[in-house]
Amino acid sequence: MHIAEGFLPPAHAIGWTVAAAPFVVHGARAVVKEVRENPESTLLLGAAGAFTFVLSAIKLPSVTGSSSHPTGTGLGAVLFKPPVMALLGTIVLLFQALLLAHGGLTTLGANVFSMAIVGPWAGYGAYLLTRRLGGGLLPAVFAAMALSDLATYVTTALQLAWAHPDAESGFLGAAVKFLGVFAVTQIPLAIGEGLLGVLLFRVLTVNARPELERLGVLTPEPAGPAEVSRDEVHGVSRAQAPDETTGGER
Amino acid sequence: MRRRHLVTALLVLAVVALFALPLLIDGGSDYTGTDSQATELIEESDPGYTPWFSSVFSPGSAEVESGLFALQAALGGGVLGYVLGRLRGRRSAEKAAGKTTQPEEAGGP
Repeated sequence: MHIAEGFLPPAHAIGWTVAAAPFVVHGARAVVKEVRENPESTLLLGAAGAFTFVLSAIKLPSVTGSSSHPTGTGLGAVLFKPPVMALLGTIVLLFQALLLAHGGLTTLGANVFSMAIVGPWAGYGAYLLTRRLGGGLLPAVFAAMALSDLATYVTTALQLAWAHPDAESGFLGAAVKFLGVFAVTQIPLAIGEGLLGVLLFRVLTVNARPELERLGVLTPEPAGPAEVSRDEVHGVSRAQAPDETTGGER
Repeated sequence: MRRRHLVTALLVLAVVALFALPLLIDGGSDYTGTDSQATELIEESDPGYTPWFSSVFSPGSAEVESGLFALQAALGGGVLGYVLGRLRGRRSAEKAAGKTTQPEEAGGP
């Protein structure tokens, strides 16, 4: 999903940068607020950033005969909501643009928009939808991870089609071409990323239960597990009880 | 608990299979990255376009580049492992604390 340095015309480069900037600033403030109000979140915030860092460094083969990398932005979006990932994703992309000649400074805005903004929001939307439809935590996490990955690559394809429309078939023709490169290759990777997310959450639900309960990802467990009458807490409780700070790390 | 381990093993296996199978099925592909494929596509379909900016720093060779990618993955993996290790350590410490207090209570009188 990295648009190479200089491969967006100046107007597009500036446009995407201007579009992405407010999200990143908002995301930075969200991170600072989270760390200040809930210092015990720092560990999981680190995990969310680290997950994106490691996954976006690994290029994996796909059935289409090309290789691509996952994005790992779904974890932070589920745990801390999408704004946080706008900052964490930008840090990853900046690292790659400066040190690896992967992506670029002129295309940073567009790349941030696809990987650190559209991806996390799409993943979070998939998470909320799955939970509202009665899905459990792990299916929702799978949906969030897979969709944040896929949505990122679809966005990149559309950005490139907009900047480089086909001479004959225009935007649509170019979109089909770029989607053919990005989206199809990405499907098995998105599934793999979804499974990785499920693996990670299986570890977190056992070892980080207090944090997950505070973040509203897990319902506080009453004495008997058979009691499921409080299931509506999932996903919604974060909005309802934002100031609930008890039950965190001791 | 045993079922839980089985599910974990199956999930890991599924992830490995997902990325190993393409390599096994297909021998001829060179697995170029989609990012560079997209760049080639632009050069093909839009030959008049010239990139107007180049990277401020490019790794000198493929070896240096893969080393830097490995560094990125190592940093991410290291931090992730640290966090998961700490969380797990915290939980086993809680468990151990719970275990040592219970016998005291039981053997009171």
